[in-house]
Amino acid sequence: MKNLFKTACIALFILVGTQQINAEEKIELLKTDWSFKGLFGKFDRGSLQRGYQIYTEVCASCHSLKYASYRNLAEKGGPEFSIEQAKAIASNFEVTDGPNDDGEMFERPAKLSDKFVMPYENDKAAQAANGGAYPPDMSVLVKARSGGVDYIYSVLLGYEDPPSDIILDDGVYYNKYMYGNKIKMPKPLEEGAVEYNDGTVATEEQMAKDVTAFLMWTAEPTLEARHKMGFKAIIYLLILTILVYFSMKKIWSRIEAEV
Amino acid sequence: MSNHEYTPTSKFGKWFNDRLPLLTLANHLSDYPTPKNLNYWWTFGGILTFCLITQIITGITLAMHYIAHADLAFESVEHIMRDVNYGWLIRYIHSNGASMFFLAVYIHIFRSLFYGSYKAPREMIWILGMIIYFLMMASAFMGYVLPWGQMSFWGATVITSLFSAIPFVGEGIVNWLWGGYSVDNPTLTRFFTLHYLIPFLILGLVVLHIWALHVPGNNNPIGIDVKKPSKDTVPFHPYIVIKDAFALLMFMLVFAFFVFYSPNILGHADNYIEANPLVTPAHIVPEWYLLPFYAILRSVPDKLMGVVAMLSAILVLAALPWLDTSKIRSAVFRPLYKQFYWILVIDVLVLGYVGAMPAEGLYLLVARVATAYYFIHFLIILPVLGSKERTIPVPLSISEPVLSSNPNVSKESLN
Repeated sequence: MKNLFKTACIALFILVGTQQINAEEKIELLKTDWSFKGLFGKFDRGSLQRGYQIYTEVCASCHSLKYASYRNLAEKGGPEFSIEQAKAIASNFEVTDGPNDDGEMFERPAKLSDKFVMPYENDKAAQAANGGAYPPDMSVLVKARSGGVDYIYSVLLGYEDPPSDIILDDGVYYNKYMYGNKIKMPKPLEEGAVEYNDGTVATEEQMAKDVTAFLMWTAEPTLEARHKMGFKAIIYLLILTILVYFSMKKIWSRIEAEV
Repeated sequence: MSNHEYTPTSKFGKWFNDRLPLLTLANHLSDYPTPKNLNYWWTFGGILTFCLITQIITGITLAMHYIAHADLAFESVEHIMRDVNYGWLIRYIHSNGASMFFLAVYIHIFRSLFYGSYKAPREMIWILGMIIYFLMMASAFMGYVLPWGQMSFWGATVITSLFSAIPFVGEGIVNWLWGGYSVDNPTLTRFFTLHYLIPFLILGLVVLHIWALHVPGNNNPIGIDVKKPSKDTVPFHPYIVIKDAFALLMFMLVFAFFVFYSPNILGHADNYIEANPLVTPAHIVPEWYLLPFYAILRSVPDKLMGVVAMLSAILVLAALPWLDTSKIRSAVFRPLYKQFYWILVIDVLVLGYVGAMPAEGLYLLVARVATAYYFIHFLIILPVLGSKERTIPVPLSISEPVLSSNPNVSKESLN
C-alpha cells in the first residue's frame, strides 16, 4: 500500500512536470454552463430549437448535417418539435428522388424520413465555393474536436483583430482559439444575426451557446437516453454488489471459523 | 487437484458421463481446490473472461449492422449510433470494453509479475497468456481501424508501414498486407475478417490457459506450494465464485461509468473525422493501451531497430520464466525485487505517457531512458537479483505462520 502510494506520487510528479512544459502553448477555452453535462444532464429544448434556427439561417448555407434526418427533430431527447412542425421544416427543402415509372429523376419536397439536405453536391463543389476551404460536416463535429463543446463555443466567439506581427491573406481570419489561429470561415455570428421566435435576446454568447448545444445533440442524439439508463444501471449494480458482498462474507465465515 | 473419481448419481447421468465426461469436468471445476489466501488481484482472471465474452457478443451484434467498405464504414457506424435500436449502447460497450479488457489484462500481468506466478511449474500458463496478450493487441489494433476515421486510417498506415523496415522484402510485404499500394478498401475488409476471427482464437487459447492452470493449481500471495489441500485450500465453488462475482460487479461499476457518462474519453477526437488519405493528422497516436510499445518504437532512431526493440519488448516478457533466476516466487519475501518491481511499474507508466506525446526534445530523451531501463530490468537486474538478493524466510505452509528463527524452514519451502 505504501509502495502504491509512492508510485502514485512519483507518477503524478512526472505528469505535472511535463504538463507544465506544454502549458504555455495552450490557451484556456471559454466555459459556459451546459445543461447536458453531469449525471442527470439533459438538453434545454428551447436552446436546441433556437440552435436549430441558427443552424438553418446561418450555418446551413455552407455546412452539411448529413447523418441527421428531419424525423430526428421531432424525436424524444432532441429539440422535440411537434411532428407537424418537423414536417413543415422538411417540406421547405427539395430532394431528388426517382427514377419514376418513366425512368426520370424528379424533385419533391423532403419528408421526415429524408436526411438533411446538403448545401453542396459534393466536397469539391463545397471547396470551390469557399476559396478552397472545405466546410466540415457538422453531424459529429463536437466529438471530432478535442475540447468538444467548449472548443466550438470558443471558436465561435474567438474572432478578433490579429496581432500586429501576423499578416493574413485575403479570406483568412484570425481566431484566438482555432488551431493555428487562422480560419477561413468569416465571423458567423454578429449581434442580432437572427431574430428568435421565443423572444430570447440574440446576443453573440446566446447564439453561440444555442448552436453549440444543437451540435452536441446532432453528435449525440441519444445522450439523454444514455444518462437515464446509466443511472438505472449503476443503481442496479450498486444494490447487487452490496447483496453479493454480504453473501460473500457469509460464505467465507465458514472457513474463517475453522482456522 | 482433486483425485477422487466422480460418479453421477442418476442412471442417465452415468450413461452420459461414461460416453462424454462433461459431468466429471463440471465436478472438477466446482471442486477445484484453490488456495484460500488469494487476494483480490486474483479475481482478474474471471473479469477477463467476462470481458472476452462481452466483446464477442457485442462484436457479433455490431457486425450485423456494420459495412466493411471504405466508402460506407464511417457512415454505417453513424447508422449504428443513430438508427439501430440501442446501437449506441452496443457500440459504446464494445469500444470501451476494449479499454476495460486491457486495463484488466495489465492488472492480471502485473499481479503475475509481483507474485512470481510465471515461475516453475507455471511457465506454460504464462506463455499461453503472452500469446493471448499479443493476439489481443492485434485484434484491438484492427478493431480500431474499422470505424474508418482519421486515426483508424493513419494508425493502420503507420503500423503496417513498420514492415517496410525488413530488409529487401519489406516493401513487398507491406503491399501484400495492404492488398494494394496504400491502406484502402482491401485493407479494411481483411482487417474486418481478422478482427472477427482472432477473438475465437483467443477463446481457444483461454481454454488452454485455464487447463494449464488446473494442472499445478493457482499460485498465491505467499508463493509457496499447497502442502495440505484440506487446510490450505477451499473448493472453487462457492468460495471463489462468490468472491469473483463481487470483484466483477465492482469492475462493472467502473465499466458502466465509462459507457454511460464518458463514452468517448478514452478515444481520440480525430476518429470522428472520416478517413482522408490526403490529410495527415498533426499527431498520430494509437489507443492508450499500446502507448508504451509505441514509445519504445519511436525511441530508437533507426526504423528497423525500432521495430526490433518493440517486438523484443514483448518477447522479453515471454522469456521471463527463465530470466528471473530467483527460486522465491512472491515479492513479499524479496525486498530488493519489490523495489525494482515498483520502479518497473513507474517505468511502464512513463513510457505510456511519452508515447502519447510528440517524439521530440525532453519527451524523446525520457522515452530513451525509460526504454533502456525496461530492457535492463528484464535482461540484467532480474538474472543478477536471483543469486545476489537476501530473501526473507518464507512460511512453512499457507495456513501456518512464519518461523523466522529456523533457517531450515525457508530452505524447505524452496523445493
